[in-house]
Amino acid sequence: MSRISEDQVKHVANLARLSITEDEAKTFTKQLDDIITYAEQLNELDTEGVEPTTHVLDLKNVMRKDEPKDWIKKEDALKNAPDQQDGQFKVPSIMD
Amino acid sequence: MSLFEHSLKELTQKLNNKEITATDLVEESYARIKEVDDDVKAFLTLDEENARAYATELDQNADGKAKLFGLPIGIKDNIVTKGLRTTAASQILSNLYDPLYDATVVQKVQQEKAVTIGKLNMDEFAMGSSNENSSFQATRNPWNTDHVPGGSSGGSAASVAAGEVPFSLGTDTGGSIRQPASYCGVVGLKPTYGRVSRFGLIAFASSLDQIGPLTRSVEDNAYVLETIAGHDEMDSTSANVDVPAYTEALTGDVSNLKIAVPKEYFTEGVDEEVKASVRKALEKYEELGATWEEVSLPHSKYALSTYYLIASSEASANLARFDGVRYGRRSENADTMIDMFKNSRSEGFGDEVKRRIMLGTFALSSGYYDAYYKKAQQVRTLIKNDFDKIFEDYDVVIGPTAPTPAFKIGEQMDNPLTMYANDILTIPVNLAGVPGISVPCGFAENGLPIGLQIIGKHFDESTVYRAAHAFEQATDHHKQRPALGGKAQ
Repeated sequence: MSRISEDQVKHVANLARLSITEDEAKTFTKQLDDIITYAEQLNELDTEGVEPTTHVLDLKNVMRKDEPKDWIKKEDALKNAPDQQDGQFKVPSIMD
Repeated sequence: MSLFEHSLKELTQKLNNKEITATDLVEESYARIKEVDDDVKAFLTLDEENARAYATELDQNADGKAKLFGLPIGIKDNIVTKGLRTTAASQILSNLYDPLYDATVVQKVQQEKAVTIGKLNMDEFAMGSSNENSSFQATRNPWNTDHVPGGSSGGSAASVAAGEVPFSLGTDTGGSIRQPASYCGVVGLKPTYGRVSRFGLIAFASSLDQIGPLTRSVEDNAYVLETIAGHDEMDSTSANVDVPAYTEALTGDVSNLKIAVPKEYFTEGVDEEVKASVRKALEKYEELGATWEEVSLPHSKYALSTYYLIASSEASANLARFDGVRYGRRSENADTMIDMFKNSRSEGFGDEVKRRIMLGTFALSSGYYDAYYKKAQQVRTLIKNDFDKIFEDYDVVIGPTAPTPAFKIGEQMDNPLTMYANDILTIPVNLAGVPGISVPCGFAENGLPIGLQIIGKHFDESTVYRAAHAFEQATDHHKQRPALGGKAQ
């Protein structure tokens, strides 16, 4: 049984903001299905009650005073932008 | 003989004694790049004009006191360099000529007056094990240019092996420093998670990524780590732990070293030649007075699955920032913002990157999160516990770095899962967050290098280096150089 369908792959691509062709959808479905099927070997393990590890070190939240610091100027922040206007990033229309 | 046959410490002494100049070193670097990089293809961007000008400036105001004074360095292209193109080998960043800031590691090597030669090729966003996923070029193995250099820090390893630079920086998420170091016959260390600041590293999987040095010798490696390690207020995951003088740990004495050898690192997927080389290395350790015992890391076989679920999930979030709005390439073919996002990303990312973004998005999506992502994080705990338990009784864990020597270009591109298996022995180290090094331990019959992996406790790079150095000094594998199509040094 396949673990992921072509429709799911298209759905996931949309969530990830990727456009994929029909051919790509087929290829990715096969490849992702192989990977997910392989990864399901984890189900052999009983992990009942095992704490998930998000970070290996005993990290604590680092708090700093909320003080403004110099970083970069607005012109610098905009210099690599594909498009800009009036000191702001410009994007195509948000509504259809 | 190349100047880069000298250790970094020797080079700084020669600079201090005015036997050589920083300009000599920079010229040596570019001359070698001109000679061999058409074949090796390690560099994506060269910074010739600035490097020469900076070397001249150093020579004029030489006090020679800085630790890396005048030493040429190559930097992996996912480490951000102000004013120097930084692409992570991706088309989506191919026009990022002028990043706004320097990564902390770049600031640190610059404070010690190293000279940046250029940016090194890699698999796109560090996703890959062969450098074939670079969207610009495939770097080749200096020992045999029909073979891959490994990845993702393939350019970093190949440039050092080919004598183009005496040292470089790479990054390691699942083996990306150690596996190419093994394939190219150089020394590469992945430090403890949190040992080196990740500020300015283009993130792939934030809970696994670490920056580390690639060098020709263990001493050089320890010397560079002394410079780049340490706490950084710009990276809240960098650890506030003192940085020891790693080079002082290189005593050559391993007489009381207790070595654990996991039986899972000698499974059927590992080449006989690789196993034989590692067994010979263990005999060498016995001669040197160390002891070793076979142990078990029972969850090793689950590491690959765990890694791909966790790393891809983190990548899917990290790579959401590439949207064609603030920097990077924007698709010309879009009338609405959503289409602009989609087309910019689809045109800008390669297949492996898309595959991992989709795998991660799937593993994190509603209804699948517990079954895949959370499950993987729980298994990560079991893998980490395996190491914790072993390190109660042993100083280091030793095994092969990679299951095989470097494979041929094109050989493993058809099946992503086969390619992933190259990292099966390095991935557990990232999941546990412990430090690991690869040092040369022999050559296969076809002349390609084999690497020995030495793994240590959290923040115990000193013992890892001591063990690696003692072995290195008792053997001569690290003194071999690739012929590079007859262009021997």
